[in-house]
Formats: sequence, structure tokens, C-alpha cells
Amino acid sequence: MKPQTQQTVNATEPGSMRLVATLGFAGLLSGLIIVSVFEATLPTITAYKARILQEAVFKVLPGSTRLQRLAYRKDKLAVVEEVGKEEEFVFGGYNSEGALVGYAIPGSGPGFQDIISLLYGYLPRQRKVVGMEILESRETPGLGDKIYKDAAFVANFDALSIDPEIVAVKRGSKSAPNEVDAITGATISSKAVVRIINQANQQWLQRLQIQQGE
Amino acid sequence: MPEKKQDTYQEFIKGLWRDNPVFVQVLGMCPMLAVTNSAVNALVMGGATFFVLVASSFFVSSLKNWIPKQVRISTYIIIIATFVTVTDFTLQALMPVVHKELGAFIPLIVANCMILGRQEAFASRNSVRLAVVDALGMASGFLFALFSLGAVREILGEGALFGFKLFSDDFEPWVIMILPPGGFITLGLLLLLFNWLKERKDRLVAQLDEMEIEPRFRS
Repeated sequence: MKPQTQQTVNATEPGSMRLVATLGFAGLLSGLIIVSVFEATLPTITAYKARILQEAVFKVLPGSTRLQRLAYRKDKLAVVEEVGKEEEFVFGGYNSEGALVGYAIPGSGPGFQDIISLLYGYLPRQRKVVGMEILESRETPGLGDKIYKDAAFVANFDALSIDPEIVAVKRGSKSAPNEVDAITGATISSKAVVRIINQANQQWLQRLQIQQGE
Repeated sequence: MPEKKQDTYQEFIKGLWRDNPVFVQVLGMCPMLAVTNSAVNALVMGGATFFVLVASSFFVSSLKNWIPKQVRISTYIIIIATFVTVTDFTLQALMPVVHKELGAFIPLIVANCMILGRQEAFASRNSVRLAVVDALGMASGFLFALFSLGAVREILGEGALFGFKLFSDDFEPWVIMILPPGGFITLGLLLLLFNWLKERKDRLVAQLDEMEIEPRFRS
């Protein structure tokens, strides 16, 4: 009789080793599954991200068919394959003959709700912005998201002079080549885009000028 | 009165309608309100939850005899989290555009109380077959609820469904419907509709019961 009662006690109250073993086994199995799925999907995810970035560069730099990453190292631009995490870089866009078309400059800054990150095309000779593409943003759907959904707003950046600096003005009152028609109902988001480009210009124009001079 | 038998069909249909996780149990509100600003987002979110719930219920129910009850919640969470991570990576690879829209809400499926609730309340106490059927029903109910909300909000807020324009250019979209308040308003109205239907049905059942009881008394 006695061993039987002990058995029932054992069955209802498993030892701590059993508990640890169960959780450990579950964790091990879960880890194996997650790592294999991660490994299996990684190439597709990386390829997609690279393609999206490439498409964005070609879109903001009309006429370019090839791109190169240019990192700013030791006071000059250098062609690099891999960019370090903290490193600042731009994309150089080249046409089919291998001549430089312009630079695609990434920029980011606070928008209305979260960080907006974008890419814009810049022609150093004309000192002009020739295209702008929002890469990531969480602006208000229906209002702030017009910074990439509203074709008329995006078209502001197709031939935009950067001198003395880009200014956002009330919709419909654009009169100078350096002015951008802001979106009605999304003034903060529009101004954020302009501010991000101005900041990136401040950071990069000098450096790109040096490169031109050489 | 209908027989209270635990048959497969009943287990399926209860999640879809009578015990709908959203409209009746009011569970899983976080994804419900956050990602239903378009029909596509709602469907993908519903689909992801569907996969996680059915797979988790299957595993929890099959392994229920090996899981000591002291560590059951942690084990359920490990099982659920595994499937959520798998879904996250798979969506990122197959549907990157939608994945970007859903953002943080895919990983948050782990914390969806409807899923853990089904494991604790049903899958861990029933056979594999019933657990899967129950999960299928609940998940379909959740998908249906997300889609109703997403479709209503997209139609009114964008004047479109699945991105296709439904109205002429004269239609002025109600922007508020795709913003968070629109989610609350739509959910409130849908809950109202469901409660009204339920009340009407209860009244009808009560009336029928009375009618049946009376002749018995006379005889």
C-alpha cells in the first residue's frame, strides 16, 4: 500500500528537476525552431531591403543606373563596400557611361509622431535637390502620411534650389525655386521633411564640394 | 431545449458567433484597435493570429500530459512565442510591405490574451481534435471581427476597400475613421449591434419557452 501512495504523490507533485527539464527542453526546442526559420528567411529579407534601397536611390537620382556607397573617412569620401554602424555615408549615383550623376543623401529627424527617415537626390553642380523618397515614417494616416502619398507634395522636390536654404510655405504660395508648398493639415510633417533635408545639407554640402574640387 | 452535447460543430461555431472573442468576450483589443485601419492589415493580422492560435492549441493539447502544471503558463508562452517569431520572420520575408505597416503588433501577438486564454481554458483540458476545432473557431471569429472593423474603417476613412476606390471623387474621406478614435467608435457601434442581436434572441427564446410551457400546464 505504502509505495502506491508515494507514487500518487510523485505523480501530482513532480520534482523540481522535472520542472527545470521541461522548461529547458521547451526552450531548447523553441530556440532551434526560431534559429532555423531566421536562417531560412534572412537571405530574402536582406535582398528585399537592398532592392528597396537601390530602387529609392535610382528614383531620387533620375538617370543613374549604378550606385556606390561613399563613406566620409579621414576628411574625404571613400568608396566602401560595407558601412560601419556609426559611419556617415551617402550614395553616389552613376549613369551607364560611369559618370557621376549626383549624390543620394540619407537623412532622418523627428516628425510629428516618430523619426522620419528619407533619401534625397542632390546634384552638386546645379546645387539642386532632384528627388525625395520617404524611407520610414509613422506620420498620422490620412494627414501626415501625405508626405509620401501626395504626389503634388513629393513633386516639390523634383527641382528644388537649396540656396540659401529650403523653406516650407503655405500651400499654393510657392513663388521662389527654394520654396516648398506645405501640405494643408500636415504642416508639422511638411516642415519636418524640409528641416531634415536642410540639416543633411549642412552636414554634407561642404564635404561633397571638396570632393568636386579634387 | 437543445442537447448540451460537446460536439465538434458546436465547438467550432461558438468561437465564430456565440462566444466571439472580440464581440462577446471583448479580448485581444490591442491589435483590434491598432491595426484595423485597412482591410488588408486587418486580414494579415487576423491570419497571423489564426496560425499562432491553431498551432499553439495543437501543441498544448498534444503535450498536455507531459507539461507539469506548475510550469504550464511558462511552457504555453514559450510555445506561443515560438510560433509568433516564426510568423514574424515569415511575414517579413514574404509580405514585407504589410509587415512594415503592422510593425510592432506582430511580436505583440505573444501577449494577446485570447490566445493564452484558449490554452489555459480549453486546449489543456480537451482532446487534440476538440482543441484544434476550438482554435479554428476562435481564430475565425477573431479574423472575422478584425476584418469587419478594418473594412468599415477603410470604406469610410479612405473611400476604398483593399485599395480599390469605391466612390467617385466627390466622396470626402472621413479621416477620423482611420485614426484611433475611428477604431473606438466603430468597435463601440459593432459591440452595440452584437448586444442588441443577443438581447433580441434571448427575448425570443424566453417567449418560445413560455409558449411551450403553458400547454403543458393546461394538460
